[in-house]
Amino acid sequence: MSIQGRRVTLHEMSLRDGMHAKRHQISTGQMVSIAMAADAAGMPWIEVTHGDGLGGASVNYGFAAHSDVDYLKAVVPKMKNAKVSALLLPGIGTVDMLKEAIDCGISGVRIATHCTEADCAEQHIAYAATTGLDTVGFLMMAHRASPEKLVEQALLMEGYGARTVYCTDSAGYMLPDDVTARISALRTALNPETELGFHAHNNLGMAIANSVAAVAAGANRIDGALAGLGAGAGNAATELLVAAFERMGVHTGVDLFRIMDVAEDLVVPMMDRPIRVDRGSLVLGYAGVYSSFLLFAERAEKRYGIPARDLLMELGRRGMVGGQEDMIEDLALTMSRARNVAA
Amino acid sequence: MSQKLKAVIIGPGNIGTDLLMKTQRSEWVEPVWMVGVDPESEGLKRAAAMGIKTCATGVDGILDHVVKDDIRVAFDATSAYAHAENSRKLNALGVVMIDLTPAAIGPFCIPPVNLAQHASELKMNVNMVTCGGQATIPMVAAVSRVQPVEYGEIIASVSSKSVGPGTRKNIDEFTRTTASAIEKVGGAKKGKAIIIVNPAEPPLLMRDTVHVLTEDQPDQEAITQSVRAMVAEVQKYVPGYKLVNGPVFDGKRVSIFLEVEGLGDFLPRYAGNLDIMTAAGLRTAELFAEEARKGNFVLPERG
Repeated sequence: MSIQGRRVTLHEMSLRDGMHAKRHQISTGQMVSIAMAADAAGMPWIEVTHGDGLGGASVNYGFAAHSDVDYLKAVVPKMKNAKVSALLLPGIGTVDMLKEAIDCGISGVRIATHCTEADCAEQHIAYAATTGLDTVGFLMMAHRASPEKLVEQALLMEGYGARTVYCTDSAGYMLPDDVTARISALRTALNPETELGFHAHNNLGMAIANSVAAVAAGANRIDGALAGLGAGAGNAATELLVAAFERMGVHTGVDLFRIMDVAEDLVVPMMDRPIRVDRGSLVLGYAGVYSSFLLFAERAEKRYGIPARDLLMELGRRGMVGGQEDMIEDLALTMSRARNVAA
Repeated sequence: MSQKLKAVIIGPGNIGTDLLMKTQRSEWVEPVWMVGVDPESEGLKRAAAMGIKTCATGVDGILDHVVKDDIRVAFDATSAYAHAENSRKLNALGVVMIDLTPAAIGPFCIPPVNLAQHASELKMNVNMVTCGGQATIPMVAAVSRVQPVEYGEIIASVSSKSVGPGTRKNIDEFTRTTASAIEKVGGAKKGKAIIIVNPAEPPLLMRDTVHVLTEDQPDQEAITQSVRAMVAEVQKYVPGYKLVNGPVFDGKRVSIFLEVEGLGDFLPRYAGNLDIMTAAGLRTAELFAEEARKGNFVLPERG
C-alpha cells in the first residue's frame, strides 16, 4: 500500500529515551543545544524527561544529572516552534509531578502503562485531558498483547480522554507484520479522530521498517531519536525516518540535511558508546525484554559474573515488564548463588 | 479466658473476605458482623455463608448493635472516601478503628515497628499504610535502627490479578502514602515508592525491593543482623514473608530483595500483597486485645 502524500508527525526521543543510554546524565546544556537545533530543523515535538519519565529519578533507575523540572525549564523557553512533551508512568510518576511539568510549560504528556494495564492510567489521562495538553496513551511492551487485547486497552485510554494512542515496541521485538496487525486493529476500533502512534526500538534492526509499516496501517505519529540515541539498540533514527519518508513521498516537515547534521554533529559525539545492534541489545529484541534493562544487565554481569545474555533471556522467560529493573540484580544474585553452590 | 475482642468488618470485597477468613482462626479476635452496601453482593452472601451476621445498609445499619454485641474493633476495607465517616461514627461508640484504606486519618501502623507504641497510647484509629508499605517499611526501619538513613526507596511488584479496580484508579495514593510512611515509620529522611503491575501468567508472587542510602558507610554486620531479625518478626504474622537476596552493600546503598507469598485464604498464594495487609490488620487488632487483657489498654466503659 502506498503511503505517498501522507503526513506524519515526528516526535524526538533522544532527550528522553536517550537518557537510558546516557544513564540519565545528559546535561541541561546538551539538552538545550540539541533541542534548539532539532527545533530549527523543523522537528515538531521533542520529549524531555528522565528516561523513566517524571519521577524516574531513583536508585532503581538511576538519578539523573538534573531534575525533570530543571531540564524542562531549560529547554521549553528556548523553543521557537517545537512543542515539548513529558513522559509519565503511573506507579512511578504522579499527577502532582505532571502539574509541576505543566508549570514548566510542556504542551503534551504521554501516559505509559504496560500494554495490559491501561486502567492504572485513568487518573493521569483524565487529568491531563482536562488541562488542554496533547494527551497521549502509551501502551508499552505491545508485543505482549494480541491485537484484540491491545484494542481493548486502547479503548480504555481513549475513554479516559487520550486523543492519541501509541503502540510501543519497548523491547524492539516486533516484526513488520506484528506492527501491521496491531495498528490495523487499532485503526478499525478507535474513533477516526483518535490519532495512532508507533514507537520503535531497533533491537532486531526493524525500527525503520516497523515505523513504515505503522504508517501504512494507519499511524500518523512516529517516534524517532537522533542518531538512534535511545535504550537498547536505540529508537528509529530520526534522520533515517526523515530520509525514508521523503523518498516515499510522506511529509514530515523536517529538513533532512539539517536534521542529519544535528544527529552527526551534536548527538553522536555525546554517546557513551555506539548505538547499534550489539550482542546485548540483540538479545533484548530476541527475548522480548524491556530495552532499558540492557545497561543494568551489563552492570550485573560485571559485579556478579553472570553473562548479561543469560540474565536477559531469563528475565524474558519470567515475563518481567518495564520498571522491574530491581529484578535484574535480584536474578544475578540468585543465579550466582546457584552457580557457587553447584561449583 | 475465651473473651475474644468482637469485631466488625466493613467492606466485603477481596480484603474484607480474606480478613474474615483470618479472623475466624484468631485466638484474640472474633468477627461478628460483615457490613456492605449491596444486599445482592457476592461478598455479603459469602460472609453469611461463613456464619457471621451481615448488614447491607452500611455502617449506619450496625450502630444500634455495637453496644449490644459488644463490638470493640472495626476493620475498614472500603475506600478512603467512605472511611472518615465510618471512623467518626464507630469511634464515638468506643470502637477502635483499623483502617485498611488509604485515608490515613490515624497514624500509620507497621506492626513490628510501631504497633506496641500505638497500643500503649490508646490510639482509636490506626492506618495500615499500603501492601507495599507493610512489606518494605520493616526493612527500612531495620536499617534506620542501626544508623541514620538518608533515603529509602521501595519497589513493589504485584500480579495484575491481585490488584483491584480501587488501587488502579488511585495508584497515586499508593505511591504518596507509602513514601510518606517510609519517612514517618521507616525513619528515612526522604522516601520514594514505586509500584509495578505485572500480568505474567501464571501470576508471579509479590516481590518487594528495598533500596536504602545510609548517611555514612553502612555497618554491614549490624545491618545484616537487624534485617534478619526483622524478617523473623514479620514472619510471625506473615509466614510467607521471605528474604530472597541481600542485604547487598554497594557504597552507601543497602538493597534488600523480598518475596511475599500469601496463605491462600481468599485469593491464591501469589497475592501476598493482599495477605500482608489483612495479616497486619489482624495482628494490630490482636495486640490491642492482648493489651486489653493484660489491663494495659482500658476499653471504654459501656452500660
